[in-house]
Amino acid sequence: MNPLIQLTHQGSRLILPTGHSFATNFLSWLAFPGEGEGEMEGDSKADTPDVPPSTDNTPQCLNKALEGLSSRWKNWWIRGILSLTMIIGFFLIIYLGPIMLILVVMGVQIKCFHEIITIGYRVYHSYDLPWFRTLSWYFLICVNYFFYGETVADYFGALVQREEPLQFLVRYHRFISFALYLAGFCMFVLSLVKKHYRLQFYMFAWTHVTLLIVVTQSHLVIQNLFEGMIWFIVPISIVICNDIMAYLFGFFFGRTPLIKLSPKKTWEGFIGGFFATVVFSFFFAYLISQYQYFVCPVEYNSETNRFAVECEPSNLFMIQEYTLPAVVQNAVRCKTVNLYPFQIHSIALSTFASLIGPFGGFFASGFKRAFKIKDFADTIPGHGGIMDRFDCQYLMATFVHVYITSFIRGPNPSKVLQQLLVLQPEQQLSIFNTLRNHLREKGMLPPAVEEAQ
Amino acid sequence: MLAFPGEGEGEMEGDSKADTPDVPPSTDNTPQCLNKALEGLSSRWKNWWIRGILSLTMIIGFFLIIYLGPIMLILVVMGVQIKCFHEIITIGYRVYHSYDLPWFRTLSWYFLICVNYFFYGETVADYFGALVQREEPLQFLVRYHRFISFALYLAGFCMFVLSLVKKHYRLQFYMFAWTHVTLLIVVTQSHLVIQNLFEGMIWFIVPISIVICNDIMAYLFGFFFGRTPLIKLSPKKTWEGFIGGFFATVVFSFFFAYLISQYQYFVCPVEYNSETNRFAVECEPSNLFMIQEYTLPAVVQNKTVNLYPFQIHSIALSTFASLIGPFGGFFASGFKRAFKIKDFADTIPGHGGIMDRFDCQYLMATFVHVYITSFIRGPNPSKVLQQLLVLQPEQQLSIFNTLRNHLREKGMLPPAVEEAQ
Repeated sequence: MNPLIQLTHQGSRLILPTGHSFATNFLSWLAFPGEGEGEMEGDSKADTPDVPPSTDNTPQCLNKALEGLSSRWKNWWIRGILSLTMIIGFFLIIYLGPIMLILVVMGVQIKCFHEIITIGYRVYHSYDLPWFRTLSWYFLICVNYFFYGETVADYFGALVQREEPLQFLVRYHRFISFALYLAGFCMFVLSLVKKHYRLQFYMFAWTHVTLLIVVTQSHLVIQNLFEGMIWFIVPISIVICNDIMAYLFGFFFGRTPLIKLSPKKTWEGFIGGFFATVVFSFFFAYLISQYQYFVCPVEYNSETNRFAVECEPSNLFMIQEYTLPAVVQNAVRCKTVNLYPFQIHSIALSTFASLIGPFGGFFASGFKRAFKIKDFADTIPGHGGIMDRFDCQYLMATFVHVYITSFIRGPNPSKVLQQLLVLQPEQQLSIFNTLRNHLREKGMLPPAVEEAQ
Repeated sequence: MLAFPGEGEGEMEGDSKADTPDVPPSTDNTPQCLNKALEGLSSRWKNWWIRGILSLTMIIGFFLIIYLGPIMLILVVMGVQIKCFHEIITIGYRVYHSYDLPWFRTLSWYFLICVNYFFYGETVADYFGALVQREEPLQFLVRYHRFISFALYLAGFCMFVLSLVKKHYRLQFYMFAWTHVTLLIVVTQSHLVIQNLFEGMIWFIVPISIVICNDIMAYLFGFFFGRTPLIKLSPKKTWEGFIGGFFATVVFSFFFAYLISQYQYFVCPVEYNSETNRFAVECEPSNLFMIQEYTLPAVVQNKTVNLYPFQIHSIALSTFASLIGPFGGFFASGFKRAFKIKDFADTIPGHGGIMDRFDCQYLMATFVHVYITSFIRGPNPSKVLQQLLVLQPEQQLSIFNTLRNHLREKGMLPPAVEEAQ
């Protein structure tokens, strides 16, 4: 049996025999086109890269403290301590405010992108492909420019109006972004080298798929954040809780394996985690809805040049009475219950996170197995890379964004106004008349006498 | 391969020979009648004639479809998109021997349907506003459109994860990525084509004609004057063809734009008339399509010339098509060389597959769309109104007041007396 697979299942660090190099395997595979027909065993053993021996990133102090323990408990302690550290770090960043959160999201995005591209490099031995590293980072910058430009135009409307060069950039933003992207595209075409066509196309596709997954979703995270920090904190907490609860339930009660992709997951962990997460999120939502700091949309105050989170909380975050269905009424002996509407939404969010969210984790597991890597990187001792921690988060962030735009908020009023002011005057007038009639019907405007035209 | 790990060091020759698929022998799709008529000629001239006749046939077909109207155009665009998607996916299958991967064909087509549903839903909501207001089930679909599309996509995503089979992980991820990149390129851009079309058929016809003209002109200039090779990817292209084609295309598009701007049929936005349940193309042509006087710069002559502003835009479009458009073709050539295929498919005798004809068009369509949204038109008024009506009443009121002041400043509204609140 392939030593790679054996070592993986042991769960210890992957250390490969140094005799085989990636180049050797790949090139021998090239030289014998006739062989290897039929079923591809073990996912084309020959073209799997040799994963370089993992470095152990654990800080020296931790290592010393845990010297005496056996390897399994040592691993458990390292994971536990790092988990706690990350959660504390999370709270600290929330305390520091929206700007810090945005910077952290941007940093995480860049690191995830870097991790996935590095894997691509290793898999395809692409270090010596001309320009490719430059081009990947260039595309990252282009796509980020496009997305941040759209966000800035929406939320920093007042700031943009003031500055002339910004106005130009905003007005022709799409064209400028497209031109920048095209420049990268043309550079890619010009950089195609005769012997490496296929590799270069693979890396091009790899870069684009990574951009699609990582960058797009990190911008959805930031848009969720602007809606109110609660839409950032609650989903992340739900996913973390589901992770931990599923692990605990699996640890204590786990018996039936869930899916072949992740042999450690069990049905007991899955279902127990589901119920525990729903309950946790219900009460957590209650706790957190009381604070204006979390609940208010993040707005940019152009006078003070700061982000402000003060507002009148929307209906979602005001206690309302709900009548319990008759069935429950008899059981609980209460007629009504006082809840935040947001708690109902949190049930929907936690249901998604528990039932569908894990598919994001399975996708990442399948990806790691496909490319024979244990972790995306070694950044966090005991946990792997940043991408390992965030694989479930991305799917959740996309869902939350779609949820918000579909059920919570309508279009952004300042954006609508912006679009209105760009229209032709005749179109503006017709919209004005329609709007006036609409508002009169709603009673927002008094029925006016006919103005002399 | 497995038994000799030590050999085969050194430079990678000829792009990994071992994993290139055996391309099945091309079938000759030429109709029998053509074959008979060209029997006597040598192979080279026969090929030339076949290409020529098919080119003419396609151009005539193009004009016929334009004559048949917008609905037919939309259907043709949809058909082309599906065929291109099919061609690229088939190449992926051949490259990876993926015929026996469970579910994958189904999943690819399912994702195609999902993405199309998402895009067509957005378009329908925009342009068929009146129709949507009337029908109840449509209203529900439109209101929660993004959520429904996302749910459909997620179902496909989960099915993909569940379909992962132990021995084929890597292949399945490759095909997943292949499908998604194809969707990104083919489906997204075909929807940009349709949005261009709704802006006015001229924004569909002129770009396509420019690309076709550039193709033909570059070929002719290269045939007669070609000497210096342009790029290693396409050895048949020459600098003379490139530059000659550029000038010829700009001139052609300038005059073609003049010709075509005179017809309302092409120039008016396509609108859906909910009473007659038809597409209508009647309107007052916008400023872009009304002759205006331009003063020539003093260097040339101190006179004025009467032009359609659209002709100026057509120069920009043709410049892009001649200078940057070919990169789309080089990209497709590189792709074909990378995967050792001669053509995307054998659909059109002498030319290859549908994708071979349309590779430059997609980049052009995207550019035209970005050009239109940046320089020509503002946001769609009915869409803005739709968004307005969804807002909270207080937000509507504040926008109403801002708009009223704005219109008063512009003089569109008479300054009114203060209404008693």
